[in-house]
Amino acid sequence: MMQSLILRTATRLLASLILVFSVYLLFRGHNSPGGGFSGALVAGTGFALYAIAEGAASVRRAIRIDPRDLIVFGMGLALASGLPAAFSEKPFLTGLWWTVAELPDYRLVLGTPFFFDVGVYAIVLGTILTLILALEES
Amino acid sequence: MTRSGNPLTEWIGRATAVLPLLVVLAVCGLLPKTAAGEAYRFSLSWVPALGVELSFMIDGLSLLFALIISVVGFFVTIYAVDYLHGHSQIGRFFVFLHAFMLSMLGLVTADNVLALFVFWELTTIFSYLLIGFEHEASASRKSARQALLVTGAGGLALLAGFLLLGIITGTYEISEMVDFAAHLKAHPLYGAVLVLIFLGAFTKSAQFPFHFWLPNAMAAPAPISAFLHSATMVKGGIYLLARFYPILGGTNAWMCPLMIIGAITAVGGAIIAMGQSDLKKILAYTTITALGIMTMFLGGSATPSLTAAMTFLLVHALYKSALFLVAGIIDHQTGTRQLEKLGGLLRFMPFTAFAAAAACLSMAGFPLFFGFIGKEIMYKGALAEVMCPELAAGTAVLANALMTAVGGVLIIRPFLKGPGHYPSPVREATFFMWCGPVFLGGLDILFGIFPEWVGHWLVAPAVRAFHFSPEDIKLHLYHGINMPLLLSIITLTLGVCFYLTHRRIHDFVAKATNKMPVTASQIYEWCLEGVAGLGKLQTRLIQNGSLHRYFFIVAATFVLVTGYSFFSRAGALPLPGLPLLALREWLLIIAITAAVLTVLATRILLLAVCALGVVGAGLAIIFLSYGAPDLALTQLLVETLTVVIVSIILLRLPGLGSQTRQHPGRGLLDALLAVGAGVLVTTLLLAVLSTDLDRSITAFFEQNSYLAAHGKNIVNVILVDFRSMDTLGEIIVVATAGLAGYALIQKKRDK
Repeated sequence: MMQSLILRTATRLLASLILVFSVYLLFRGHNSPGGGFSGALVAGTGFALYAIAEGAASVRRAIRIDPRDLIVFGMGLALASGLPAAFSEKPFLTGLWWTVAELPDYRLVLGTPFFFDVGVYAIVLGTILTLILALEES
Repeated sequence: MTRSGNPLTEWIGRATAVLPLLVVLAVCGLLPKTAAGEAYRFSLSWVPALGVELSFMIDGLSLLFALIISVVGFFVTIYAVDYLHGHSQIGRFFVFLHAFMLSMLGLVTADNVLALFVFWELTTIFSYLLIGFEHEASASRKSARQALLVTGAGGLALLAGFLLLGIITGTYEISEMVDFAAHLKAHPLYGAVLVLIFLGAFTKSAQFPFHFWLPNAMAAPAPISAFLHSATMVKGGIYLLARFYPILGGTNAWMCPLMIIGAITAVGGAIIAMGQSDLKKILAYTTITALGIMTMFLGGSATPSLTAAMTFLLVHALYKSALFLVAGIIDHQTGTRQLEKLGGLLRFMPFTAFAAAAACLSMAGFPLFFGFIGKEIMYKGALAEVMCPELAAGTAVLANALMTAVGGVLIIRPFLKGPGHYPSPVREATFFMWCGPVFLGGLDILFGIFPEWVGHWLVAPAVRAFHFSPEDIKLHLYHGINMPLLLSIITLTLGVCFYLTHRRIHDFVAKATNKMPVTASQIYEWCLEGVAGLGKLQTRLIQNGSLHRYFFIVAATFVLVTGYSFFSRAGALPLPGLPLLALREWLLIIAITAAVLTVLATRILLLAVCALGVVGAGLAIIFLSYGAPDLALTQLLVETLTVVIVSIILLRLPGLGSQTRQHPGRGLLDALLAVGAGVLVTTLLLAVLSTDLDRSITAFFEQNSYLAAHGKNIVNVILVDFRSMDTLGEIIVVATAGLAGYALIQKKRDK
């Protein structure tokens, strides 16, 4: 934790923006540069900045859950995203897609790869946070 | 031992006796079929691509083993509840026990050699867990490890043998291999197959020189010794030899090793048994003797020899499991297993004494006991052999006479002779403890008086399963006055002589075993130390903890190996010329070079890290300028995060300061390696680029990523859709690395 007023003020402004950007990267990843891995790295950087400025305890308060649980959750989600295919007698992890909403110009489709990507996101972010917080607290 | 058992667990443990009981009933249901010479077979597909099937076949041989396993398993289960009464780990015990029993049943019924191998190693693992059951005692752990290493290594040899068999015959099913027997015996690899299979059988069945693990395995609780180390697992090797007899057996190469090793094991085990005073050790060494006798007779080729092996298998399983259970009762009720402290138990333990007497007399081979029949058929077999019948008969007489003496010692010393010295009053064991030995001992008498029944239902089908001969296989109580009867009388007379001098023999053997210059056990220890020493040596040489050295070795290996193979095939890939670069690329190169020089020159850690970040960012811009935004993004983010994380660490470290290198030449060497690696990689990449690339894969993804996977970003679509299994593996690695790193940091903090 650094006692720098500039850093702390800037962090408060930046951290939320960084996190929004991270989620944006995650969502657009399927069609443009981004995805679960990149998104998680951005989020990890944001939390690291927050940890340096405000201390590890503040990060723990902010994320509420143990980062190790995040890893477990991500792993479960990634594995579970392969199951629908397996149940419909296709190879494990085959992508399945559903149309959620149809508008005149747009069609919103949702597929199992999205959940897989969210799983990747959770695992990578969980890993980064686990390490950063452990280092910051030691 | 912790005494805080849970009554509920104990009841569940006792209830699990239903499992072996059901197996007994199921196996008995197949009796008429196998007695008629038929086999019951079924199979499930397991790994069809590798020829691994879960196929099972129950013929007479499997049935005999399955019956021994399930009957002894049943009595051991109910016995163990009272034996381990109050033990805190009793639940674990029953899980291991039944898991072992099922693996053993799988082993003797498997028809696919690879499935057989899996069950074989499962029995090894569960025996390891059971021998090491009292895992708080270091002797127990050591013995368990020894048994695991010896039988596990033998199992690996066995696997190699099975694979060779599969390659030669083209099938992994035992029942199909039989058709290739003649082809196999003429094959140049026949000798290798034999050696490998023998290694497996000899380690499992504790044949010389691998016999030493069995007496040490007596660290296990008594029910385990009764089950694994007398009745079932150690007979796995015997089963294997019998099962492969029609495929590999009958040649000189098969007979000689089995007869010689078997004979050495039989006599050696019996002599050492005379020098022991611990009840379980005596039983362990006589088990080795019995296994040696069975191995020896499986080396024979006449029908009576093989019948003798199978009969003695049943004889031994009955009396030895009863005796181990009796030894457990004595230990449990009196607190000691030392012969010299015991005596006069007949008065306190009538039921146990009856069981012990029946089993011992069977072991000694007295008429009207099952052991007598086993001995008679043994002598008949030995005399019917073509290959040195005198040796076989002589060995059998000597080993049997010694066993007679041991049987006498075991019944007379603890039960009949003078009063023992016990710390507390001795009582008879509970019903559940003595019913097993009494039943098994009773069978010794029943089978001894009516051997025709056992011969017809159990022994004959077992022998028929692996040996084709028109000869009749019948067991009789009385064969008339002939050579075997004479040998029996000699055996008993010799046995009585040995018994009368057993004190002197005991002292002599005990002294002699102490003075042995080299024992198999010591050779095992040397091997173990050798392996540990080798491990230490390579750790000192290669894994000395210096990151610098690791990286140097890896990079140098890469440069030398890749460089050599690249330049030695200089014609295969054209050496490229240097491409023309635009101005912005030159600027980037200059920036990266400056950053690298900064890293090398600076003494301030944070500056070094940031300069390293500049190098990474420069690379990211190069990626971007060549049209790989995904790669550039990831590279930039990883680089940023690395700088942040390393900064967090470095903020806590002292600066590099005036730390100097130990050797002035080392810097030069590092520089040379770095330049060499750089030049090599650059040349390689340019060479690759100068050839025509196969773009069909790219074309496939370009066409399919939107149509099949609803995504326009090919990189991401590949990651989460086309190759998502790879990504799954990678994120598992990431998660594991994260948790491992966390554990490391946590450990550091606790110190």
